[in-house]
Amino acid sequence: MQALWTTAETATRDSIAKFPAESRKSARVSDVMVSAAKAVLADDSGTAPAAVAPLLSVRDLHVQFVSQDALLNAVRGISYDVHAGEVVALVGESGCGKSVSSLAVMRLLPGDGATRFTGAAELNGKDYFALPEEAMRRLRGRDIAMIFQEPMTSLNPLLTIGRQIIEPMLEHLDMTMKDAERRAVELLTKVGVTDPERRMHQYPHEFSGGMRQRAMIAIALACNPKVIIADEPTTALDVTIQAQILELLRGLVDELGVGLVLITHNLGLVARYADRVHVMYAGRIVESGSSAQVLEQPRHRYTIGLLGAVPHLDQPRQERLKNIPGQPPSLRCLPSGCAFRLRCEAATKVCAASPGRAGDGGHSFACFHPGDLRRPIDNPTGTETRGGKADTGIALRVRGLSKDFHLGKGATVRALQAIDFDVPEGGTLGLVGESGCGKTTVARTLLRLEEATAGSADYLGHDMLSATKAEVTQLRQQVQVVYQDPHTSLNPRHRIGHALAEPLLVHGLCKSKAEAAGRVEELLGLVGLPADMATRYPHQMSGGQRQRVGIARALGMNPKFIILDEPVSALDVSIQAQVMNLLADLQSQLGLSYLLIAHDLAVIRHISDRVAVMYLGRIVETGTASELFEAPRHPYTQALLASVPALADVGRARRQGIAVKGELPSPLDPPSGCVFRTRCPLASAECARVVPAPVAFSETHHVACIKV
Amino acid sequence: MIRYVISRLLLSIPTLLGVATLIFFMLNVLPGDAVETMLRAEGGNPTPELVASERARLGLDRPILVQYGDFLSGLATFDLGTSSWTGKPVVEEIALRLPVTLQVAVLAMLLALAIAIPLGTIAGVYHETWIDYAIRSFAIGGIALPSFWFGMLIALVMLWYFNWLPPLGSPSLFDDPLRLLQQLALPAIAIGYRYAAILIRMMRSSVIEVMHEDFVRTARAKGLRAGHIIRRHVIPNSLLPTITMIGLEFALLIGSLVVIEQVFSLNGIGRLFLDAVSRSDLAIIQGIVMVLTVIFVVVNLLVDFAYAAIDPRIKLA
Repeated sequence: MQALWTTAETATRDSIAKFPAESRKSARVSDVMVSAAKAVLADDSGTAPAAVAPLLSVRDLHVQFVSQDALLNAVRGISYDVHAGEVVALVGESGCGKSVSSLAVMRLLPGDGATRFTGAAELNGKDYFALPEEAMRRLRGRDIAMIFQEPMTSLNPLLTIGRQIIEPMLEHLDMTMKDAERRAVELLTKVGVTDPERRMHQYPHEFSGGMRQRAMIAIALACNPKVIIADEPTTALDVTIQAQILELLRGLVDELGVGLVLITHNLGLVARYADRVHVMYAGRIVESGSSAQVLEQPRHRYTIGLLGAVPHLDQPRQERLKNIPGQPPSLRCLPSGCAFRLRCEAATKVCAASPGRAGDGGHSFACFHPGDLRRPIDNPTGTETRGGKADTGIALRVRGLSKDFHLGKGATVRALQAIDFDVPEGGTLGLVGESGCGKTTVARTLLRLEEATAGSADYLGHDMLSATKAEVTQLRQQVQVVYQDPHTSLNPRHRIGHALAEPLLVHGLCKSKAEAAGRVEELLGLVGLPADMATRYPHQMSGGQRQRVGIARALGMNPKFIILDEPVSALDVSIQAQVMNLLADLQSQLGLSYLLIAHDLAVIRHISDRVAVMYLGRIVETGTASELFEAPRHPYTQALLASVPALADVGRARRQGIAVKGELPSPLDPPSGCVFRTRCPLASAECARVVPAPVAFSETHHVACIKV
Repeated sequence: MIRYVISRLLLSIPTLLGVATLIFFMLNVLPGDAVETMLRAEGGNPTPELVASERARLGLDRPILVQYGDFLSGLATFDLGTSSWTGKPVVEEIALRLPVTLQVAVLAMLLALAIAIPLGTIAGVYHETWIDYAIRSFAIGGIALPSFWFGMLIALVMLWYFNWLPPLGSPSLFDDPLRLLQQLALPAIAIGYRYAAILIRMMRSSVIEVMHEDFVRTARAKGLRAGHIIRRHVIPNSLLPTITMIGLEFALLIGSLVVIEQVFSLNGIGRLFLDAVSRSDLAIIQGIVMVLTVIFVVVNLLVDFAYAAIDPRIKLA
């Protein structure tokens, strides 16, 4: 039977190779393949094959890393199936084993004895874990393909895009160079790369991130694989590009009938694009089911906690995020029984005895104390931190802030073009936009790390932009900053206590080291860290703890104003919720004003009173959080909001079209008139002529668009 | 690409000019009077009048800036002055000896590349296995052994076991290439070993690094053959840092040539340099340093061109 199956497959492949264009036009390739395979199966066994035999079936997969002193159990017995035309999501926080398990399924883990994996994986009923490496190599790229997280580093910089797409075809399909080139052009067209004949001969550095990921998808599709594993395919991309890429993948799955394994930490993506979900925690699948079942009626305590920790676009900021206390367990010392029990409020003795067995079938969960069926995210139990802050004074008033970068040869990037915004006193202004919109430049000019080209920034009567050096030193005490990457913004050679005490001593806030040590202890307490953390080095802490240290360091100066530059974007969902709650608590305790810079709209929504949306160096819309999120006016804001996959999308008609087409224009050569017009659905000839002035819809709500 | 080559060529002119200036003034601020030293070396006890007339004859009594201008205009017309020892033009003295030196250097470099790229790749691919340990031991040997000693050793081995000595004379590359190869093989091996050792270590570590790159994982996920991945993906990317090293190490190669020419009695630049130093023949020293600098700059230009040919990101930058 195996031989017959292979024959059928070869026959189909030959027909693809010979008539690439026709076969895809006339019938969906994989349908041809699947039906051919099914026909052979039926002939052979004399009975019709089971209604739905999975394309990929993973059984009891274990992965262990052997290190000098320990055996790390990264994956501890996971099983899942992927059917034709289905998107199966593996969801979990970092370190839960989702990426490692996918590398194991591809058999791409290094085979040098430092990694061991056991279990079974079947592709079309054929166990390929037992195959020798050479036979496995022939399967890889041909029957099972993979899309990686980092499109920037996953393509060879020295080979053309076309060459990299052609490689697997020449290897697996026995195609001539000419046919392969023709197919590469078709594939690039299919994945939405315009002008494919020309772009095929370009190198990866000439492609944008989104385009590179499209090229990666073309590579994965090259040999018509049955299963594609996409490992965080959009994590490195902007939200509008993320929507484009996932719409593309979902469309390809529906059209070609491939099975897609989508590995992600983003529950919103799961809601919008996945059919089935497996939630992973500490190397095990703790809950599986259809997207609707798991997201709307989660039963495992971890899933419930995770869903509660996700900030929602449709929840105003007054609600506190539910968070999961503690951190995921280290692989070195996993707790017995249910790995989640140490962070679980419902845990009892029985949880320590065994991990619980996930039942079979539709919706299963490995939990002894499952949550009830009521949807917990409908009634968040958060306490109200405080009311709206829209009517208080202004802490920072920025007017006409501009910044040009001169690149030589007369080229100038106008990174900021006459930006106005106000940060409310004791409140938060959220500055949101995609990468390259200039939001970080705002922070850098305010901190005087870059000199602004024009404009003023009035902070309590001082212009931060024209302050003298002495005044800047003064201001730097009152205005503090928390950076995105808590790992690289702490000196690895200094203990935490030293890192926190240094600015206190430099600015003369503490006279002696002993006094500073006391203050450090106080600061650590303020951000919810035990005092003994002061003796640790940064690498001995988790990401969330390091970010708390970053906040503590900012608080040390007794600032009134903190610039938060992507403060939670490097953190896992459950930790992100902890840090966001901490920021909200500190604000109400200490009366701090925040300028929050972020790309995640849900985070912005959750801790902002006012919001400013940036696009290509301009602010296109400002307003209070409720005005902006409930009644967005600018087409870009609307598109951004539509691009964000939300949990509530589950079960909704999935393909509502791509919110924004195309990519950010080059800032070297921005469009005339309205900068957004090249991607705007409402754009007309007039938009190219006029730079739109902000139109006021209310005292706080301003929209820079002539069409509203 | 052509624009890039031209712009790099033009950019090397200021480099050369700077080096020429440096050489000129460094030799001029050296303590001790060159003419006096030279006359003393001839065994006499020169009178101040003799020194003065000799300085006037050589034009050394003129102001230093005039001498500098003279030196620069000489450079432009390939006139590096005359040797104070033989009285022949410096250019002639160098041109006589340059071919041998260049031939040994190029042969050593080719030898080193032919050994280092495959061995470095193999060591990197099979790293932390016995193959890697063997290649690394071989490489450590090359770095640890002084090349003059290694040169004498191989010459002795050839003599002792095979009763073979390199031929004498100065065979031409075009008339008798085989004889030339016989003559130059041993010195090339002696200095090429060290060169190869350094390149092996560079190549090995960059292969190890590239093997961990995401795009190599992508290539494996495409189901490409291991050999193809190494040839098309790993080696080109690993060559980039190695090529830089080739240029930098070429300078050291020239340095070890000075010694190795003595060992193998080759009449090359190195030998001329030693003689010139012992005779305080400033014009020759100046000329040789200038020629070596030009060679070094040219080699590094070639390295940059090779870099641009391999890496498409360079051309745009």
